[in-house]
Amino acid sequence: MSDLLYSEIETDLRAGVRGLLDDKAPWTSVLAGVEKDAPYDAELWRAVAGQLGCAGLPVPEDLGGAGATWRETAVVMEELGRSAAPVPFLTSAVVATAALLAAGERELLAELAAGERIAVLAVPFSTPPGGAAATVRAADEALTGEVTSVADGMAADVLLVPASGGLYAVDAADARRTAVTSLDMTRRLADVAFSGAPARRVAGDLDAVRAALLTGAAMLASEQLGLAERCLDDTVAYVKTRYQFGRPVGSYQGLKHRLADLWTSITQARAVARHAASCVAAGDGDAPIAVAVAQAHCSAVALKAAEECVQMHGGIGFTWEHPAHLYLKRAKADSIALGTADHHRAALAELVDLPPA
Amino acid sequence: MSTAPPDADELGRQVGEFLAAHDPSATEPLEFLRARFDAGLAWVHYPEGLGGLGAPRHLQPAVDRAFAEAGAPTNHPERNGIGLGMAAPTILAFGTEEQKRRFLRPLWTGEELWCQLFSEPGAGSDLAALATRAVRDGDAWTVDGQKVWTSMAHEARWAILVTRTDPGVPKHRGMTYFVCDMTAPGVEVRPLRQITGEAEFNEVFLTGVRIPDAHRLGEVGQGWQVSTTTLMNERVAIGGNAAPREGGMIGVVAALWRDRPELRTPGLHDALLRAWVETEAARLTGERLRQQLAAGRPGPEGSGAKLAFAKLNQEVSGLELEMLGEDGLRYDDWTMRRPTEVDFTRRSPGYRYLRAKGNSIEGGTSEILRNIIAERVLGLPGEIRVDKDVAWKDLPK
Repeated sequence: MSDLLYSEIETDLRAGVRGLLDDKAPWTSVLAGVEKDAPYDAELWRAVAGQLGCAGLPVPEDLGGAGATWRETAVVMEELGRSAAPVPFLTSAVVATAALLAAGERELLAELAAGERIAVLAVPFSTPPGGAAATVRAADEALTGEVTSVADGMAADVLLVPASGGLYAVDAADARRTAVTSLDMTRRLADVAFSGAPARRVAGDLDAVRAALLTGAAMLASEQLGLAERCLDDTVAYVKTRYQFGRPVGSYQGLKHRLADLWTSITQARAVARHAASCVAAGDGDAPIAVAVAQAHCSAVALKAAEECVQMHGGIGFTWEHPAHLYLKRAKADSIALGTADHHRAALAELVDLPPA
Repeated sequence: MSTAPPDADELGRQVGEFLAAHDPSATEPLEFLRARFDAGLAWVHYPEGLGGLGAPRHLQPAVDRAFAEAGAPTNHPERNGIGLGMAAPTILAFGTEEQKRRFLRPLWTGEELWCQLFSEPGAGSDLAALATRAVRDGDAWTVDGQKVWTSMAHEARWAILVTRTDPGVPKHRGMTYFVCDMTAPGVEVRPLRQITGEAEFNEVFLTGVRIPDAHRLGEVGQGWQVSTTTLMNERVAIGGNAAPREGGMIGVVAALWRDRPELRTPGLHDALLRAWVETEAARLTGERLRQQLAAGRPGPEGSGAKLAFAKLNQEVSGLELEMLGEDGLRYDDWTMRRPTEVDFTRRSPGYRYLRAKGNSIEGGTSEILRNIIAERVLGLPGEIRVDKDVAWKDLPK
């Protein structure tokens, strides 16, 4: 059985990341950021990736990483989820890094680990670990085709593109990128088109892509956990102070019971997210099951937490000036990202031999 | 003798020595159990002389495992859950030396089974509203009242009993806790037939029952504090071993799905997968709680576990019945029986469905558990209490 607790190192790491995010990414500045054109918060990214060295957590030390594992990375994801931080951590430090680790690509990996460059896997953000439909062709080290709804596509220096059964690296400057108006304003999408873009092959098959999406889905569960915790914490704090009919609204059983149910779901989300992180960290054969369970469960919990956050804040929760909508948009987008809960349940049906009707 | 409490290695050594001196296959079971108690290997966190060695509580599962692996006789804990889980810790916390020495050993060995006389027809979730009266009469008390939902009352030798001894003060302050002899004159146990057709519980009528003052547990008027200890122990997680994936009800339904393709529909498939995921989440949460306990860092997650278990068991048992279609219309046996333990697996799906309805009521309703989480874990304001400073006798009933 995997270790489902947090180590002392992880607890210290959490404190460091949270301290930095409290300082550099309070919700007011996250909110202000969504009005800007910048595709992500570059200063925050430099602090998370460079100053704290989080971008290379699961990368071996001889490649410039921290030599930790996906378990520690998951703790960073929880904290980034808590603040809905607009940084390309999931896309570059998790998915692209996992792809390069699986492909055995060293030079670009070291640059990502150091936070010097940002790479993203050029697939629609909704792609489940099972794989993507190939929409790009490779011929003579040049790519042609289009990929829509690529997360952090505008933030990327390098695009990792699945094409013609292999994986290719393309300089982002050689692609035509169009920013998309995104539901989640804190993790924006881009449509990407290639017309004979010069490309370098980094893997001859798509195994690295599948591994990257699986790892990404595991880490996304931790982001969802952190987001759900934040929504619960904010809501509990609010209903203690908001008075109606002469008592705090948090004294009404109608709200108390919903919050108790939410808390219970979050304790479960913590267990399944930790399990998924441990399984991908250990390369456990059960990782696909653990990840499917985590995504099927945590997507719903995060979304529920964000929806309850909006609702229980009443009118203020419906406004632009309150951060609840940032969490809701992130939670809804996350519930579609890397496969919907339904996709993951269908995957489970196969993995645990419960065939469809 | 007061030495440092034993650690895991020392306990392992003592278990080994005990087993060498008491061959499980050649020792009469009761003799074996008594000797195990006397050696302090019954519940290792209890004091010396009372079945323990003052060791850390989390070392118990390893001791139990070592005895089980050696084929040692068991004290059939499934028959004496109230005694082991609730009466014993309460006696340990509030009993006199004499009470501890009288009650704990035969309780642990299973020679004397226990039941719990708490709930009443008018006092369920609101236990402190209870009306069973105990009136002082020299060296004894006279008890009159009615209790309900008493499992094992028809088998039990002793009961833990909460009574009202002072109706003139607010309800939490006028209660007193006793050990009640179930063979005493005036104790009448009647089976209470339930939704499943069987009588797993009883009603207990107490008419002029005499209880010696020596069987009072705690001070007069301290009954609520003593009861709180009992109830907290009721909800202590079992710890024990990790449950396997697809254990319990979901395993039954998953096997049915695999074995009977003709029963499959898309809607049932979706419901099954959702339940499978939820079950796995509950299992991993239980495992995480177990790891926290083992690390000596108990968390509040246990309060949510029962809530989640009840909901899931009800969903999955309902799903099973629906999946069975025509067969779901049948029931195995409505005969009124008086079982001493609940067995979900050996009965029909209809029984499982009906019995699961009790999971969100027994041992604290789901509504009360949600209040507990909301108030004690999340720190939300308590319910408005209209009965707080009112004498029990003046409360609306």
